[in-house]
Amino acid sequence: MTPTLALGRRVINGVMLSLTGVCTVVVIGVLFFILGYITYHGIAALNWDFFTKLPKPVGETGGGMANAIVGTLKLLLLASLIGVPIGFIGGVYLAEYGRKNTLGFLIRYAADLLNGVPSIVMGIFAYTVVVLPMGHFSTLAGGVALGIMMIPIALRSAEEFLKLVPATIREAGLGLGLPEWKVVSFIVIPSAFRGILTGIMLDLARVAGETAPLLFTAFSNRFWSRGWLEPIASLPVMIYTYAITPYEDWHRQAWAAGLVLLILVLGANVISRLVLHRRLAG
Amino acid sequence: MSKPILEIERLNAWFGAHHVLKDISLTAESQQITALIGPSGCGKSTFIRCLNRLHEVVPEAAVSGSVKLSGTDIYGPGVDPVMIRRRVGMVFQKPNPFPTMSVYDNVAAGLRLSGTRRRAVLDERVEQTLRQAALWDEVKEMLHKSGASLSGGQQQRLCIARALAVEPEVLLLDEPCSALDPIATAKIEELLLTLKKTYSVLIVTHNMQQAARVSDFTGFFLLGELVEFGETGQIFTNPKDRRTEDYITGRFG
Repeated sequence: MTPTLALGRRVINGVMLSLTGVCTVVVIGVLFFILGYITYHGIAALNWDFFTKLPKPVGETGGGMANAIVGTLKLLLLASLIGVPIGFIGGVYLAEYGRKNTLGFLIRYAADLLNGVPSIVMGIFAYTVVVLPMGHFSTLAGGVALGIMMIPIALRSAEEFLKLVPATIREAGLGLGLPEWKVVSFIVIPSAFRGILTGIMLDLARVAGETAPLLFTAFSNRFWSRGWLEPIASLPVMIYTYAITPYEDWHRQAWAAGLVLLILVLGANVISRLVLHRRLAG
Repeated sequence: MSKPILEIERLNAWFGAHHVLKDISLTAESQQITALIGPSGCGKSTFIRCLNRLHEVVPEAAVSGSVKLSGTDIYGPGVDPVMIRRRVGMVFQKPNPFPTMSVYDNVAAGLRLSGTRRRAVLDERVEQTLRQAALWDEVKEMLHKSGASLSGGQQQRLCIARALAVEPEVLLLDEPCSALDPIATAKIEELLLTLKKTYSVLIVTHNMQQAARVSDFTGFFLLGELVEFGETGQIFTNPKDRRTEDYITGRFG
């Protein structure tokens, strides 16, 4: 090997390595910039009142977003109750029974299309099928809109993680003389559980920040929303409404709402990972 | 003379249009070890997968012919493949313990998932089969650790224990030592010789010395056909077919 060739390789290696390094720094830098910026602005308006009080009328300073925090949690709960079972059971079908048949192909295709539907269209859909017949906005309508949005990702992530379970594990179960449904329920699904739960957490994180589909469904509410059939406040919609007002105090509260939303999503992610980690270690 | 446990007649198997087994007929004696040798892709694995009806779980796979297990055709009308697999256990090429289960749960899985809940029964069976699989002394202190944390050879004996726990009549082993080192292999071979007192064993192997060491009968497969079947001594010292001789003397291909 000639020294010039070796030098050329070293230069190319150095340049490529630096490029990948720079890209990594840029990506992580943007993430930390966003997190830092939101924290910086949000923390200033974050206080005990924010978590415990209702919004104050225009003109009065102070107040909080207790109703919107609870509202977001209620909407996410309802969305999960709709999106997770349908997505999960559908994913089990796709991975275990529908790998190559026509129905499987159609479901997969429909899920991918559904995933591409703009979120505001999902809002209009829920508006048409839930809000119009009921005659008013409601938590139920918002939950339906978000729940439908959760289906495709829950479905495809359940499918993908189940497919990662090796065929040899399935055959070991069948070879023990266990019926297929028991092999799937008690051997295959537990093996993929960790991955499926991670997929669901990401799915939840995605819809947690959705604003558009809530505008015509859950709408908003400056007071507590009782039950599931009244309009309800949520953090994303509060951020939206507060951010477009001319009031300084409301801007600060919008930042604080952004921070709380971020912490909710990150917290859910971290906790689910910790729980899973412990479960596996034990 | 022992009596036949598996009588296979004119067994054919396909993957789609690919005809992988052609008119295989052989009889496996009970409480004997039958070894199946032959080059890769000759159909030996497919053959034993037909004996517990596992071949048919692969999409587009098909079978014809008859396989009698103690006299009953396992492909007969109304026969539940699940019940057949209960009677014909299987150990696979790569150790495949259930990844989320402990050593104990792996062995207990077959019984527990078919409804045995009583702890005392499970405890006893787990210990008994782990002893049969010559693994008990190595794992008795770590029954509740993950089965995946054992070494490869231990995992394979765990899989044997798991298969034995449901008390099959026949044990099929599909190249059980191909992923193991010679010491682990020796342990499994020793184990097979003890197991044949209770079970009828069919083992697929690439390793001719292994077949010669452990088996009573040997079948040589080539391109989906059973070229020769007979007592192991005869196959290895006095093969009748030229192709068998070429293969066992390493003159093949």
